[in-house]
Amino acid sequence: MDWSPLWISLATSVTATVLTFVIGLAAAAWRQRRSGISAALVDGIFILPLILPPTVVGFFLLLLFGRNGPLGKFFLTFGATVVFSWPATVIAATVVAFPLMYLTARAALEQVDPHLLQAARTLGASEWRVFREIALPLAWPGMLAGIILSFARALGEFGATLMLAGNIPGKTETIPIAIYFAVEADEIHRALAWCGVDVGISLVLLAALYLWTRQRGPLRAGWGHR
Amino acid sequence: MVREERREVRLEVEIEKKLTDFDLDIAFRVGEKPLSVLGASGAGKTMLLRCVAGIENPDRGRIVLNDRVLFDSKKKIALPARERRVGMLFQNYALFPHRTVSENLCFGIEGEDRASRDAKVTSLTSRMHLGGLETRFPRELSGGEQQRVALARALAIEPEALLLDEPLAALDTHLRSQVETHLQNTFGAYKRPTLLVTHNIEEAYRLGEELLVLARGKVAARGPKEEIFRRPPSVEVARLTGCKNISRAQANSDGSVEALDWGCQLQVANAPAKTPKYVGIRAHHIDFAETSEAKMQSENVFPCRLSQSSETPFRITLFLTLDSRRDISNQDFLQAEIFKEKWQRLRDKPFPWHVRLAPESLFLMAE
Repeated sequence: MDWSPLWISLATSVTATVLTFVIGLAAAAWRQRRSGISAALVDGIFILPLILPPTVVGFFLLLLFGRNGPLGKFFLTFGATVVFSWPATVIAATVVAFPLMYLTARAALEQVDPHLLQAARTLGASEWRVFREIALPLAWPGMLAGIILSFARALGEFGATLMLAGNIPGKTETIPIAIYFAVEADEIHRALAWCGVDVGISLVLLAALYLWTRQRGPLRAGWGHR
Repeated sequence: MVREERREVRLEVEIEKKLTDFDLDIAFRVGEKPLSVLGASGAGKTMLLRCVAGIENPDRGRIVLNDRVLFDSKKKIALPARERRVGMLFQNYALFPHRTVSENLCFGIEGEDRASRDAKVTSLTSRMHLGGLETRFPRELSGGEQQRVALARALAIEPEALLLDEPLAALDTHLRSQVETHLQNTFGAYKRPTLLVTHNIEEAYRLGEELLVLARGKVAARGPKEEIFRRPPSVEVARLTGCKNISRAQANSDGSVEALDWGCQLQVANAPAKTPKYVGIRAHHIDFAETSEAKMQSENVFPCRLSQSSETPFRITLFLTLDSRRDISNQDFLQAEIFKEKWQRLRDKPFPWHVRLAPESLFLMAE
C-alpha cells in the first residue's frame, strides 16, 4: 500500500494549522482594537470561508492563484506555479480552517478580563508584553480549542483541495481525496483502510492533547477551569 | 549630616470628559495628604482614576504629576499608561491569575536585574505581610491577602502617585478595619499623591485626610474632611456625606431660623453668611432633654413623638415627629441615631419626649 496520502495529509494539516494559528491570532488581536463598519466588513470576509461550500472557496482560490489570477501571476514572476502543487493543499486547508481559528481566538481574547490588561499597562508593560504575557496565556485554553478545530478541519478538507490542488498521487493526494477516489474505483478495502487511518490520527491527537494539558499541571494550564 | 531634600510632590488634575449621562468636569490638586473622592455610584469616580492612570483619555484638560505632563489636550500630549508611573489598585485587584504572588510582584520590574528584583520582592513581602505566600497563586489567597499583593505590586514600580478604586469594597466587614489600618500605614510611609475613590462615607473619612465630594461629574465640595462633615456647603454634599435631616429654612430678623419642614424655630450658633435656604443636622447629633430642667433651660427643645424605629447591632434609628407638625408626611421625620444604652433609658418614658437640636450641631446651607 502506498502510504503517501498519510504523509501528505499530516504535513498539510500541521502546516495549515500553524499558519492559521499565527494568522488567526494576529487577525483576532487586530480585530480586538477595532470597531465599527470596517471591522464588521472585515469580519464578514474572514468568516466567509466557513459559510461558503468548500467547492466555491476552491473555485475562488483557483481564480486567485490560477495562471491569470492576480496571485498566480505574482508567483509566476518567481517561476512558481501554485495550482496543482503541494503548497496548494496547504493554502486550501488554511483558508478553510482559518475562520474557526479566528473566531475561537477572538472569543478567547475577549474573555480575558480587560482590567488585567490595564493593570499590566499601568505597571509599565508594552503592548507586546501585555499580549504575550497576559492576554495570550489567559486565552490559551480557548486558543487550544481553536487549534484542535483547525487541525481537524484541515485534516478533513476535501472540496477546496480538490479544486485547487487536484488529485496527483504522491504530491497532492490527501487522505480524504484518496478515500473518494478509492470508492470511485470500487476499491472498498483501500477506502476502509484510509478511514481507519483517519480515526487513528484523531484518537492519537486527542490523547496527546489530554496528556499534554495534564503534564503542564492544573495550576497553569487549567487555572481557568477550577 | 545629609540634608534631606524636600521636593514638593503634587498631582494636578483638570479634566473634562463627556460621559453617557453627564459630563465629567473636575479640577483639583493632591499633595502629600491622601485625598478621598466621595461620590454616589456612577458619579464619575472610577472614570476620574482611569483618566489619571492613562487607561482612558479625557476630552480636554491637563494632568500634571510633579513636573511631568501626563496629559495636555492643548499640547496634544497623552502619555500612555505604561509611561505614567502611576500605581493603580483596581477594585477587583486585577491580579494575574496565572502568575504566583512573587511573579505578580515582579511584573512591573522585570527590566531590572535579578538582585534588585529579589531585594524589592523581599522588602515588599515583609512590609505588606505577605511572607510565605510567594509561591501561591492569587486564587489561593484570601481577599485581604489579594489586596495586599495588588497594593505591593503597584508599589513595586515606585510610582509617583497612587490611585485606589474602592479599596475596601470587595472585603468582608471583619477584614475591613484591619486592611484600613494597613492602608493608613502604607499611605503614611508613602508620602506621594494618593487618590482614592469610594462611595462609602466611612471609608472616605478614615482613609483620606482631605475630601472631595463628587456629584454627577462635578466637584461639589473640597477641603479638610472634618470641615466638610461639620458644615456641608450644600444639600447635595450633606446628603452624600450621610446627613439624614434636612429641612427648607427661612431666616428670621432676630437671627433665628424657621425650619419649614420640621415646623420649628431654631437658634443657630453660627450666623449664616448668605441667606440660608436649608438647615440640617446629623442623626447622631440629635439629643434628648431627659430632665425637666434641661427641658426648660436649653434652646431648641421641642416636644415630639416616636413614629418608627430601626435597629442596627449597637445603635437605633428613631423616626420622630414634632408635636407642632403632627400632620406631616413620612419623609419629614427627624431621624435620630442613638446608642442602645440610651435607648434603654428612653424607651419607657411617656410621650411627649423632648428632642434637642443643639445650635452648634445645626448647619445652614445656601443651596
